[in-house]
Amino acid sequence: MTEVSARHVSQSYGDNKVLENVNLDVGDKEFCAMFGASGCGKSTFLRILLSQEQPKGGEVFIDGEPIASEPGRDRGVVFQRYSVFSHLSVIENLILATEFDQAPMFGRLFGQKRKKAMESVEHMLEDVGLTAARNNYPMELSGGMQQRLAIAQALLRKPKILLLDEPFGALDPGTRANMHEILLKLWRDTSMTVFMVTHDLEEGFKLGTRLVVFDKTRWDPDFPNAYGATIVHDVSLDQSAESAEVKARIRDQLSQSQTRRPREEKDDEAN
Amino acid sequence: MASSYLTAIPFIILIVAYFTASHIRLSENPNDKLLPSIEKFGAAINRLAFEEDRRTGQYTLWVDTGASLARLGMGIGISTAIGLILGIAIGLIPYIRSTLAPLVAVISLIPPLAILPILFIIFGLGEVAKVVLIIIGITPFLIRDLSQRVMEIPIEQIVKAQTLGANSWQIITRLALPQVLPRLISAVRLSLGPAWLYLISSEAIAATAGMGYRIFLVRRYLAMDVIIPYVVWITVLAFLLDYLLRFISRRSFKWMGGEATTL
Ligand SMILES: Nc1ncnc2c1ncn2[C@@H]1O[C@H](COP(=O)(O)OP(=O)(O)OP(=O)(O)O)[C@@H](O)[C@H]1O
Ligand SMILES: [Mg+2]
Repeated sequence: MTEVSARHVSQSYGDNKVLENVNLDVGDKEFCAMFGASGCGKSTFLRILLSQEQPKGGEVFIDGEPIASEPGRDRGVVFQRYSVFSHLSVIENLILATEFDQAPMFGRLFGQKRKKAMESVEHMLEDVGLTAARNNYPMELSGGMQQRLAIAQALLRKPKILLLDEPFGALDPGTRANMHEILLKLWRDTSMTVFMVTHDLEEGFKLGTRLVVFDKTRWDPDFPNAYGATIVHDVSLDQSAESAEVKARIRDQLSQSQTRRPREEKDDEAN
Repeated sequence: MASSYLTAIPFIILIVAYFTASHIRLSENPNDKLLPSIEKFGAAINRLAFEEDRRTGQYTLWVDTGASLARLGMGIGISTAIGLILGIAIGLIPYIRSTLAPLVAVISLIPPLAILPILFIIFGLGEVAKVVLIIIGITPFLIRDLSQRVMEIPIEQIVKAQTLGANSWQIITRLALPQVLPRLISAVRLSLGPAWLYLISSEAIAATAGMGYRIFLVRRYLAMDVIIPYVVWITVLAFLLDYLLRFISRRSFKWMGGEATTL
């Protein structure tokens, strides 16, 4: 059971109000796809869910309990970049979590224990198609392989919640479709609640059971940072009823918020 | 292969130029001491390296080499340890950074040779003052370089480690330490030059053995036949040390690809 609730969450950096009164309830095993114009605070919201930063206002609960104040093993994450450890090979990246558990002092296993740890990640290597690259370092892998490694690494921890921040943003469409299959399979096999930020509507519709759109409800062209974004659309999708109408509405919302600019920028364009 | 011939050319030209000049000077004045001939070098090297000194009963060159390398090794070893510990602490823990970083910055501005007299007063003329001079001379640089590198570790990596269940100590041993080791080696390589400088300087002023001591001792007799072989020998040792570090860095950090193989 994993239920995540955000209550009146707001965040600001100095005068820059980013999030304002965000309320969200996401149930067990949901796949929540999050949209919004660039800079509207999606990554900020993920960082709050992760406890990488504390919100200025409001609270986040997991199963009714306030979330821990530091990132921890209950919440896994895949960032757009820097998600794998460049100084460790593929297999070393994958056994790292086990090493952290079993070797509290130095976080390193040797001999028989290390061998066992390696055997236990074999199935995951296969699932994400990295068996042949097991001894390669991340810099020797393609972008898609690195992201597959990052997802495998996060999933091996069996987190209750998986947070994905544009994990496939840098991949070509073919690789991306391939990654969707892998992610969907792994999500069905485990019982995680997933939050995924994406700019790709199709991706969100294909993967999500829940769509959430962030935008500002109030807008002052002279002071673009005066108001923060909140959730303006929150739609449940059962995979069958993928309605064209919902899509159109969300697409509309996104294109509106993307054309809004601060006043000076508009003037610049007019000239 | 061709490039190793190219490397050799300037050295050959230098050596030929030296002995030509030496030959010209010596044919004008056989007692000239400035540019000794190859025979005089041979005799001096033989006397210092392969014959017991009549007064001390020791092989002078090896005693000097041992004394100098012991000081250098101690100085660099202790500096490296301090640099690594404080560099990681300052880079990783904001609280320690705000406390210590300004102090390190100020200390790094003190010209180490200017406080050498103070070191001799405090620690006496023995080994300690010389080792401490090396430590004071290179540690601030090591601390600053390593803390900088630690701060460059993306916050995402630290967060990721936490989500995998790492505690603070494991973040140091499995993330910060391995990520700064290549930088540590290149920083130590850069520190070798200054370390030799401080070593020779302190030996020149007060010592009973050591390569710097010997060079400055025989200077009184214009003994170029001793000074020049010592300088060449120091250069060879410095080169070997540097080569060793570069070799270790190349062998150990395959994950960096080409980046670890710098000049
Ligand atoms: N640590 C920070 N300090 C100051 N401002 C920040 C910080 N992090 C984010 N911001 C600001 O908060 C706003 C939202 O940033 P965020 O990264 O959450 O946007 P986003 O929705 O993820 O955008 P994108 O789709 O481009 O990734 C931006 O205006 C950004 O400048
Ligand atoms: Mg973002």
